Amino acid sequence: MNESARIVTFKMDGREIGAREDETILQVATDNGIFIPTLCYLEGLSAMGGCRLCMVEVKETSKLVPSCVTYAREGMEVITNSERLAKYRIMLLELFFAERNHICAICVANGRCELQNLTVNLGMTHVHFPYFYPRVPVDASHERFVLDHNRCILCTRCVRVCAEIEGAHTLDVMTRGMDSRIITDLNQAWGSSVTCTRCGKCVNVCPTGALSEKGKAVADIAVKKQFLPYLTRMRRGKQ
Amino acid sequence: MSKMKIATVWLDGCSGCHMSMFDMDEKLIDILEKVDLVYSPLVDAKEFPEGVDVTVIEGGVGSEEDKHMLELIRARTHMLVSYGDCAVTGNVPSLRNRFSVDDLIKRSYIENVSAHGDGGGNVPGDAVPRLLPVERPLHEVVRVDVFIPGCPPRPGLTYFMLKELLEGRMPDLKEKTRFGL
Ligand code: SF4
Ligand code: SF4
Ligand code: SF4
Repeated sequence: MNESARIVTFKMDGREIGAREDETILQVATDNGIFIPTLCYLEGLSAMGGCRLCMVEVKETSKLVPSCVTYAREGMEVITNSERLAKYRIMLLELFFAERNHICAICVANGRCELQNLTVNLGMTHVHFPYFYPRVPVDASHERFVLDHNRCILCTRCVRVCAEIEGAHTLDVMTRGMDSRIITDLNQAWGSSVTCTRCGKCVNVCPTGALSEKGKAVADIAVKKQFLPYLTRMRRGKQ
Repeated sequence: MSKMKIATVWLDGCSGCHMSMFDMDEKLIDILEKVDLVYSPLVDAKEFPEGVDVTVIEGGVGSEEDKHMLELIRARTHMLVSYGDCAVTGNVPSLRNRFSVDDLIKRSYIENVSAHGDGGGNVPGDAVPRLLPVERPLHEVVRVDVFIPGCPPRPGLTYFMLKELLEGRMPDLKEKTRFGL
């Protein structure tokens, strides 16, 4: 955060709001108790604007903008919730479900999954699109962790935490579009990775059941995301 | 006023959804006093009747028979309820969708059986409905009026839904259930 950042005033959902010019709309909304759904954003990691769930309306343009990478500007008018946004957000959720094989009833993350929770919060009742049913593998070669591509939504939180916080950059994304896959090192089995430090940060930030720890019953699994903002603050030398 | 005609149907599911309906215990009596259960795995009716007010369906569409039944039910039902994850999403039975039907049959009736030493090779013939290439949720085949996710939906929810429908309201199930559960 830039110490000399100016303060801007703008409107969010009709409220007059003051914010620093280096704050994103998502940060300002969160600070003001306004809920904007996201899946790829996580405090402490770089923002990538990938999942598109955090899109908001901005008065001067008809385009929707991702609030996690859009900065507050003087005089702007933002709407974080409208019928149009609700419709698109549900559509996005449905596309996540249609693209892989998310079978919640038998998933390790059942009951603590961010994707599943959003279906409840945003009111998604079923998927209007035909399911794709891709045949994707599960990599259980690591001695402690499992990567199940059936549940992956390509949010890249795991990639970013591994590169930006752990500094290992074991994980990455291969190919494009619907064929995109999370890979370890040069697309080799995770168990054979020489860069992975086995820190488990990736497992802790995964919003779905795509990354999990071996040998734990579903009820015992607790994800710890709080470590991220703490680590980032410490690195900046600020407590 | 004549009683509301209700049906419950078991397509490609595990019967857990029906078990959950019974789990509403004494509330069942409350419901059954107000309705006629005209067709159900519990009722000895051979053919799905005409003019049913509400049909609650468990399970997805996995075979040609499921598809035929569902289309018949839709034509004879006013309000169709997709009940439980198998009906709403495909759920567990849809795990097979990544494999071809031929591979599935081979795995189930030949390889797995012979692995247990009893010969195998008895692939079911005409007496068993043919599987469709993929298991599908109900709404991909017919129009659905009410969606109730959950594996299975909680008993109290079924009571709430039926009560609402009985009183002529569209049940608002938002935040009351979820996929997986
Ligand atoms: S365990 Fe740690 S080092 Fe290994 S892939 Fe996950 S975040 Fe990277
Ligand atoms: S494995 Fe998890 S954290 Fe990584 S991209 Fe997939 S869903 Fe996101
Ligand atoms: S939704 Fe769950 S309980 Fe209901 S039929 Fe399917 S597997 Fe069984």
